[in-house]
Amino acid sequence: MKTLRIVVCVKYVPDATCDRRFADDLTVDRDDLDGLLSELDEYAVEQALQIKEAVDDAEVTVVTVGPEDALGALSKALSMGGDKAVHVEDDDLHGSDVLGTSSVLARAIEHTGYDLVLCGMASTDGGMGVLPSILAERLGVPQLTQLSELTVKDGVVTARRDGDLASEQLRASLPAVVSVTDRSGEARYPSFKGIMAAKKKPVETLDLSDLGIAADEVGLAAAWTKVDEAAQRPPRTVGTILADDGSGGRQLADFLAGRRLV
Amino acid sequence: MAEVLVYVDHADGAVRKPTLELLTLARRIGEPVAVFLGAGAEDAAPTLAEYGATKVLAADEPEFVEYLVVPKVDALHAAFAHVSPAAVLVPSSVEGKEIAGRLAVRTGSGLITDAVDVEAGEDGPVATQSVFAGSYTTKSRITKGTPVITVKPNSAAPAAAPAAGSVERLAVTVAEASKGTEVVSRTARESTGRPELTEAAVVVAGGRGVNGDFSAVEALADSLGAAVGASRAAVDAGWYPHSNQVGQTGKSVSPQLYIAAGISGAIQHRAGMQTSRTIVAVNKDEEAPIFDLVDYGVVGDLFDVVPQLTAELDARRR
Ligand SMILES: Cc1cc2nc3c(=O)[nH]c(=O)nc-3n(C[C@H](O)[C@H](O)[C@H](O)COP(=O)(O)OP(=O)(O)OC[C@H]3O[C@@H](n4cnc5c(N)ncnc54)[C@H](O)[C@@H]3O)c2cc1C
Ligand SMILES: Cc1cc2nc3c(=O)[nH]c(=O)nc-3n(C[C@H](O)[C@H](O)[C@H](O)COP(=O)(O)OP(=O)(O)OC[C@H]3O[C@@H](n4cnc5c(N)ncnc54)[C@H](O)[C@@H]3O)c2cc1C
Repeated sequence: MKTLRIVVCVKYVPDATCDRRFADDLTVDRDDLDGLLSELDEYAVEQALQIKEAVDDAEVTVVTVGPEDALGALSKALSMGGDKAVHVEDDDLHGSDVLGTSSVLARAIEHTGYDLVLCGMASTDGGMGVLPSILAERLGVPQLTQLSELTVKDGVVTARRDGDLASEQLRASLPAVVSVTDRSGEARYPSFKGIMAAKKKPVETLDLSDLGIAADEVGLAAAWTKVDEAAQRPPRTVGTILADDGSGGRQLADFLAGRRLV
Repeated sequence: MAEVLVYVDHADGAVRKPTLELLTLARRIGEPVAVFLGAGAEDAAPTLAEYGATKVLAADEPEFVEYLVVPKVDALHAAFAHVSPAAVLVPSSVEGKEIAGRLAVRTGSGLITDAVDVEAGEDGPVATQSVFAGSYTTKSRITKGTPVITVKPNSAAPAAAPAAGSVERLAVTVAEASKGTEVVSRTARESTGRPELTEAAVVVAGGRGVNGDFSAVEALADSLGAAVGASRAAVDAGWYPHSNQVGQTGKSVSPQLYIAAGISGAIQHRAGMQTSRTIVAVNKDEEAPIFDLVDYGVVGDLFDVVPQLTAELDARRR
C-alpha cells in the first residue's frame, strides 16, 4: 500500500460558455451540451500532483460521481498526472442534491481508501461550495477548506485560508478533507505524453450496489430539496451606449442623477 | 408561531447588515430566534431585538476561535435541539455555508445555499436562487427534515419590528471530533474605511483596463460612498486584493449601482454582478460583452471618463 493515498474529487459540468439550461424535470440539461472537468477542480488535481511529487510514495486517485460522459473529467485529470480513477455511475443517481451526492462520494472514497481528500473550492455549475465541508462531516475527519496554500508533511497538513476578515494559518492531522481555491497555484496543462499515458490508466466503474447504497436513498425522488420552478431571466434591456465625445463623464453624471443614484 | 433560527454574523458584537436582512426574512416564516456565537452578545442584543429577535441564544466558547468552523456547528446544533425550529437561516458567507451544510447533515435536513429571497409557502419556506451566472431564477423547497437555507447579502431591505430579544445562555459542549483543525494564527485584514463589498449600495469596479492604477476608480468610489471591486485579471496582476474580486471565484454583489471600468464582462465576472439593479460601464472597446448588460455605457478611455464623472459629481454637490 502507498504511504500517502490522495483522492481528488472532480466534477463534470456543462461548459459555462454555452447556454446552460434546465430539462423538463428541472435538473440540469446535460444533453447536447459540451461538458468538461469543472475548471476549479484542476487546482485540486494540481495540488495533489505537487504533494505527490514532494513525497516518495504517494498515489493520486481521481473520483467522480456523474453520468457516463463524466469519464471525460476523469480522463482530463488522469492526463494531468493522476494515477487511477473511480467513476460512480448509476441511472438512479440522476437528480441527486448535495446531501445525496456527498453520501455517495463519501462511500466511494472509503471504498478507495484515503489519507487526504482534495476538492475544488466550488463547482462551476451548482457552485454551492459546501460539498467538501459536508464530506468531512460524513467521513468524520478534519476539514481544511478554501485554502490558498497547502503543505503536507509527516502526516500533518498546514495551510492558509484567506477570509474576508482575516487570513488564518491552519493545522490538522491526516486523514483530512481539503479544498483549494483558484489562488493556490496555476494548474498544469496535460502534455501529449500525459494524454497518451492516461488512456492506459485504470478506471474503476462502480454502481450504487457496489457501494451498498439502495437506489431509493438517492436521486431526484429521494432528494432533500425540490426545485419547483426554473425561469430564464429576461435578458437585460440594453440601455444607452454612447461614444465619448469629451463629455462622456458629464453625461454619465446626468444619467445617474436622472435615476436618482447620486 | 413556530420559531426560526437566525445565525448572527457579527464583528465583535457589531451586527452585520445581512443578519438584519435574515431577521426580516425570518419573520415571514415564524418568530426569529437569534443564535449569537462569540463575545459581545449583550452589545448585539438591542439591535437583534429591534429587528425582531424574540430571543438571543448566546454562547462564547474558546473553541470558536481556536478551531476551524466545526465548534460553531456544535453550538448551532445545540440551539437547534433546544428550539426545534421550523427553519434555520444562515448568512451566505464561506463559513456560514459550511456551518449550514454540516448542520443539515447532522439533522437529516435539506440544504439550499445562496438564496436571494425566502417566502412562506404551503409546504414550508420557498427559496429563490439566481443560478447559471444569473441567467436563471429558480424557486425551491426543502422536502426532508428542517429547512436549512443560506441567504446572500442584499436579499431584503432590513425592516425593524421590535421584539423582546432577551439574552439566554446556550449550553454548548464542543466534541473532541470538532477540534480537528487548529487555527494556529489569525492575521486580521486592514480596514479600508470603505463599505463592505457585498453590502454596499454602490460598487465601482476596475479591470485590466486600469493598467495598474486604481486611483481613478477609488476616487469615484469615495465620491459615491461606494465599495471598490476588481476583476480577476486586476487581482491576478496584483493591483488589488483578492477580497475585492467580483465574480464566480470572488464576491457576488447585487448593489443598486454597479460601475465597471476597463472590464470586458467575461461570464465568470458577470456571475458576480449580473443581478445588480443598475449597471454602468466605461470601456474603450464598443464590442466588449459588458455592454450587453448595461443601462448606460460610455465607449471611451476610462482615464478621461471616470475622473470627469468624479469631478462632475463633486461639483454638483458643492
Ligand atoms: C444551479 C444549481 C443549484 C443547485 N442548488 C442546490 C441546493 O440549493 N441544494 C442542494 O442540495 N443541491 C443543489 N444543487 C445540486 C448540487 O449542485 C449537486 O448535488 C452537486 O453534486 C453538489 O453540489 P455542487 O456542485 O454545488 O458542489 P460544490 O460544493 O460547489 O463543489 C465543491 C467541490 O466538491 C467536489 N464535487 C462536487 N460534486 C462532485 C461530484 N459529483 N463528483 C465528484 N466531486 C464533486 C469537487 O471537488 C468540487 O470542486 C444545485 C445544482 C445546480 C446545477
Ligand atoms: C474558473 C474561472 C473563474 C473565474 N472567476 C472570475 C471572477 O471571479 N471574477 C472575474 O472578474 N473573472 C473571473 N475569471 C476570469 C474571466 O474569465 C476573465 O478573464 C476576467 O474577468 C477578465 O478581466 P477583465 O475584464 O478585467 O480583463 P479583460 O478581459 O482583459 O478586459 C479588459 C477590458 O478593459 C478595456 N480597456 C483597456 N484599457 C482601457 C481604458 N484605458 N479605458 C477603458 N477601457 C479599457 C478593454 O477594452 C477590455 O474590454 C474566471 C475564469 C475562470 C476560468
